[in-house]
Amino acid sequence: MATTFSPVAVEEPKIGGRGPTIVPPPRDGGWGGGRPDDHRDRLRRYRIGMFFALTAVVMLFVSFTSAYIVRQGVGTWSDASARYVTDWQPLTLPPILWINTIILLASSFTLAMARRTLSRRLKAAPRGGLSLAAEPELMAEQQRSIPWLAITLVLGAGFLIGQLLAWGQLRHLGIFVGTNPSSSFFYVLTGTHALHLLGGVLGLGYAGITSLLRKPLVTRFVVVDVTALYWHFMDFLWVYIFALLHFAR
Amino acid sequence: MSEHTGAQPAAHAHTAPTGFIRKYVFSLDHKVIGLQYYFLALVAVFVGMFLSLFMRIHLVWPEANLPWFGHIKPEQYLTLLTMHGTIMVFFVLTTAPQSGFGNYFLPIQIGAPDMAFPTLNMLSFWTTFVSFVVMIAAFFVEGGAPLSGWTNYVTLSAIPSSGPGQGLGEDLWVISIAIFCVASLMGALNFITTTLDLRARGMSLFRMPLTCWAWFVTAMLGLLAFGVLLAGGILLLLDRNLGTSFFVPGGLNVSGNLSFPPGGLNPGGHPITHTGGSPLLWQHLFWFFGHPEVYIAILPGMGVASQLLSTFSRKPIFGYKAMVYAILAIGILGFLVWGHHMFMSGMSPYSAFAFSVMTMAIGVPSAIKTFNWLGTLWGGRIRFATPMLFAIGFVSLFVSGGLSGPFLAQPVLDIPLHDTAFVVAHFHLIMGVAAIFGIFAGTYYWFPKMFGRMMNETLGKVHFFVTLAGAYAVFMPMHYLGMAGQPRRYSQFTEVQYLLHLIPLNRFISIAAFITIAVQFVFVFNLFWSMKKGKKAEINPWEATTLEWTVPSPPPHDNFAGVTPVVNHGPYEYSVPGAPKDYVMQTDPATVTAH
Repeated sequence: MATTFSPVAVEEPKIGGRGPTIVPPPRDGGWGGGRPDDHRDRLRRYRIGMFFALTAVVMLFVSFTSAYIVRQGVGTWSDASARYVTDWQPLTLPPILWINTIILLASSFTLAMARRTLSRRLKAAPRGGLSLAAEPELMAEQQRSIPWLAITLVLGAGFLIGQLLAWGQLRHLGIFVGTNPSSSFFYVLTGTHALHLLGGVLGLGYAGITSLLRKPLVTRFVVVDVTALYWHFMDFLWVYIFALLHFAR
Repeated sequence: MSEHTGAQPAAHAHTAPTGFIRKYVFSLDHKVIGLQYYFLALVAVFVGMFLSLFMRIHLVWPEANLPWFGHIKPEQYLTLLTMHGTIMVFFVLTTAPQSGFGNYFLPIQIGAPDMAFPTLNMLSFWTTFVSFVVMIAAFFVEGGAPLSGWTNYVTLSAIPSSGPGQGLGEDLWVISIAIFCVASLMGALNFITTTLDLRARGMSLFRMPLTCWAWFVTAMLGLLAFGVLLAGGILLLLDRNLGTSFFVPGGLNVSGNLSFPPGGLNPGGHPITHTGGSPLLWQHLFWFFGHPEVYIAILPGMGVASQLLSTFSRKPIFGYKAMVYAILAIGILGFLVWGHHMFMSGMSPYSAFAFSVMTMAIGVPSAIKTFNWLGTLWGGRIRFATPMLFAIGFVSLFVSGGLSGPFLAQPVLDIPLHDTAFVVAHFHLIMGVAAIFGIFAGTYYWFPKMFGRMMNETLGKVHFFVTLAGAYAVFMPMHYLGMAGQPRRYSQFTEVQYLLHLIPLNRFISIAAFITIAVQFVFVFNLFWSMKKGKKAEINPWEATTLEWTVPSPPPHDNFAGVTPVVNHGPYEYSVPGAPKDYVMQTDPATVTAH
């Protein structure tokens, strides 16, 4: 399209719709004018996505927390005692939760190790991808991350089994989801968290079998990286839930 | 993978699929997914519309026998009301403007080949579809669909024996909405990532069309709001099915069954074993979602109206940055006002005061937007094409519906008006019809791009004028009905002494509604007829500036045929002095060779 007007004229009128500069800044926007989409772009995209996914998870648990606090404070009028009484009975948490917490914290550490092993070479790679020559070396490094991934998977599964045992202990004591609001919230919070962590376990499982699925090398790295973000958050979330259940009984 | 082992195929690099299933059913192409959302909403809007038709018939001719329903019983009227509200709010107003048009045009307008996560995009559509199927299934189970309103207030919604349809039908309702929440969250994070990460070179945030800003902020609202509704839904399901008492208080008498503590005996009937829950807790969780949801429905319409008013007035949008900040302000304030839906709940007057002030504060950014729309029209060389008519209609309805907002924002006025037809008039004008006008405007505007043909202008104008007059004829008199004391949600007024003189007005409203509904078939005819027989559209029939008008109609599989566009201009450069045409495309070169 031929443009025959002067740059001064383009500046007018001043109102509306003008970007900050006439010449686009080089790092503006995501794709940057036909630049090949390399692992950094992909990683950034998935990290942004994961960040916002976690925002949604935060809102879910913020809602549960506010419901927890409100429900704990609600009283019912009692004619007999002529005052508001609460039906909330504090729940004694099963001690196994302490062990589960340690297991989950340890799994965060092992996953961090797996991610480190994977990312060392990729971080140094030039833009536009890795050269073919680096592939065998990279493959070897990828293999070194497998034990860490496996340990993390086992620890994650261990945490989930530990949570199942905790529920079993409560059930044995006759404490079910409908027994008391405190137990209802216990099951809701721990159950929702366990479901989320199960998602993380599946993510790691997928990362482990990427080579079997003939996915590119970088796929494992991206999956492990964003799953690590997710996993550490689930770790933090568990500590938060545990503290809430422990301190705000 | 010859040279770049590490380089991954980009999100857009999936080649165009050829099979029918991969191309039209489980498609990864944002354009196909956008159309899938659009047509899902089209089906939903007709279901919702017929439910409202039945309601209007029943209100004025309560003895009439209707197809399928027969003679409507009061509880069936509540079912109609519940499902009309639910289907319209979730599957039409949330689905079409955001997920439909947003999916189709956000990537093209920012110069991206697809959404950030195409597979997730496909997944969110099919999850929405499942949610819709589950919702419709509620009509066909024992007891029928629920009757606790789209707000689904506890305790009516929490106790299965509280009415027909409150059993399995209500469970399906909650499950459907929970699935919808998950689908919307997936969609929202896709929209946000796409906007933040996939903009073309030169497409700075302040060069995005206002449609993109609206979709972006709407996605933010969805991301923060739907998780809260999901939490409420989970707790409600547990209350209904596993005997918890998050929301249900003790001491209730539901259909003759007293509520007893767990393990207590209940003489006859289904035992209700709840104690100590808080029905208001549900209202808080619901409205913390519910108020942002109002803006989820209307913001995309605002974006479309801004886009069209500028394009068809051949003028830059008046106050682009003010428009962006107004959208952001509305988004933020939208999270601080949920309590104004609960003035009736007996909340502390101090809370009510705070919510009231925050609510009226939303009038400021809304007024900024209206002022700027009028400023855009002022002195423009206006082209009255059908999309423009609907955009102007949007502004008109937004003002008419918005003006009753400050009334209802005051507790002292809201308390007498809340359960009357006044509120029905208010939210239908501003959130219902205005948002629908946004959808219509978008449909007439983007149809040439989506299908490569023009819609029929004459039919479009008939559709516009009858719908506009009809919408006002239906909803304006309802303000009066409300002030005269006609309650909402009641199935029958014909035997209530003090409302007898309102029956003629109610008949007028019903007849106006029938005409308005009838003319929607003109729209549907125009839509499908024009796909096959419409006049061939050029690439840029409206002489607009944004990126979707630089690509063929319909756009190729990866939108820009492998060439990433470079953006040099803002989105509303119309009537630029000295320019060869009266508009400058966003992709026109910035560096200039003078004559």
